[in-house]
Amino acid sequence: MLGNIDFDGAFFLRYLIDPPSIVWKGLGLTIVIAIVAQTFGVLIGLLVALARLSRFWILRQWAMFYVWIWRGTPILVQLLIIYTGVAAAGFYKYPDIVIGPLTITGPMQAALITLSLNEAAYMAEIFRAAISSIDKGQSDAARAIGMRSLTAMRCIILPQAARIVMPPLGNEFTLMIKGTSLLSVIGIRELFGTMQNINAATFRTFELFLVAAIWYLILTTLMSLVQRRLERHFSKHELPAEKTFKAEYKERSLLSGQR
Amino acid sequence: MMDAAPAKSNGSLVRILDVHKSFGDLKVLRGVTIQVPRGEVVCVIGPSGSGKTTLVRCINHLEKIDSGRIYVNGRLVGYREVGGRIVEERESVVAEQRQNIGMVFQRFNLFPHLSALDNVMVGPRRVLKRPRAEIEPEAKALLERVGLGDKLASYPSQLSGGQQQRVAIARAFAMQPTLMLFDEPTSALDPETVGEVLDVMKTLAKGGMTMIVVTHEMGFAREVADRVVMMDEGVIVEEGRAEDLFLRPREERTKAFLKAIR
Repeated sequence: MLGNIDFDGAFFLRYLIDPPSIVWKGLGLTIVIAIVAQTFGVLIGLLVALARLSRFWILRQWAMFYVWIWRGTPILVQLLIIYTGVAAAGFYKYPDIVIGPLTITGPMQAALITLSLNEAAYMAEIFRAAISSIDKGQSDAARAIGMRSLTAMRCIILPQAARIVMPPLGNEFTLMIKGTSLLSVIGIRELFGTMQNINAATFRTFELFLVAAIWYLILTTLMSLVQRRLERHFSKHELPAEKTFKAEYKERSLLSGQR
Repeated sequence: MMDAAPAKSNGSLVRILDVHKSFGDLKVLRGVTIQVPRGEVVCVIGPSGSGKTTLVRCINHLEKIDSGRIYVNGRLVGYREVGGRIVEERESVVAEQRQNIGMVFQRFNLFPHLSALDNVMVGPRRVLKRPRAEIEPEAKALLERVGLGDKLASYPSQLSGGQQQRVAIARAFAMQPTLMLFDEPTSALDPETVGEVLDVMKTLAKGGMTMIVVTHEMGFAREVADRVVMMDEGVIVEEGRAEDLFLRPREERTKAFLKAIR
């Protein structure tokens, strides 16, 4: 038997279609954080992957250690160590960083550092798998025409690895968008944090969190549309048969993306 | 350019001296010596596992050698000599040496993300850093010479095996090498496309290119090879003019091998 249903449909619709400006700001912040952290995650991840595949033992060990640490601990714990822990122990107090008109607050610094470094560990594994899957004959051919290994990596191997990376990268970015909701615990007013604040004043929990969920769904859906575009762009030289295979690969990686 | 031993050249473009090479416990090359004068075409035949692919990969230092010396153009390839021993050269030096040695692979190894034209241009552009405007006409002309003037924009996946291999030959030739290595260039091809690749190779040979070709195409060997080398178990069993070696082999192992592939 249902109790008294308390769902304010007008409130829900207002917040979904015409929310106050702080919600728009929260949404904007979520997008910006996700893009910045994903970008750094990709760049650092590539470096870690190259270190992992390096011929120098010490670099390989370091890369393995990096991935082991960042992938083996919960991101919420990482976030609290990097922000609260580091500040509490007095290593770094997170003063605001001002770059021109832009002020990066302490929590924001910690958030970007944590999300980027955490993401880098996953991207490193994705890049490593992609690079390793390129046929050995490609680097033979590149070296045979006189390329150094760095040139071969840049001009021959990475462009081919890029299209293999694309489906799991889209996956990672989806996880990143959703993952930013964790930042509310260190007081960042991104989308979810903003909704929690409004909730504290209005107690319209179900309506507000439902609105948040719908907005995350809109973001991740837009994301997958962009991803489809990019994949088509990167595989323009492929035969239809290869594309089918890639689609299957993507299905599997969606499941393995859980964490 | 620094050169440790230019004086050792005796007119041969390629001098392979007593080369040994192992993969772990497996001895792949057990003292191979071959000299190839400029402009000569040498075909290397032999059963699989005889070390012929490894030998050509050693010539441009895609494989390291354990002992011996390989000179191309009077320069030690991939190594420098220090007190009678060989020490591996820096990567930049090896890369520069490879620019003069073209290589064609059994499985083509074209770059799948680049069009036929870009495959041919990527060496001159990325390695020699020449401007696109200058090399594009050259690359087009090269592809026309191998009969692919209408496939410039095609990606490797859109080309047949024979077409891919002809692009690969053009790609190697675009670096204007003094030596071309072919590692079983027709073994992965459909029979009907073997001829078109051999024709391109014959044109190259007749143009005076120095070539070392691992192949079992006896027709090709008889038509253009100055010499045929028979390898087995990491050593040279027999060498001689194509006619002599194919029609009147002296060694039992050569006879058995020729009988098996006929």
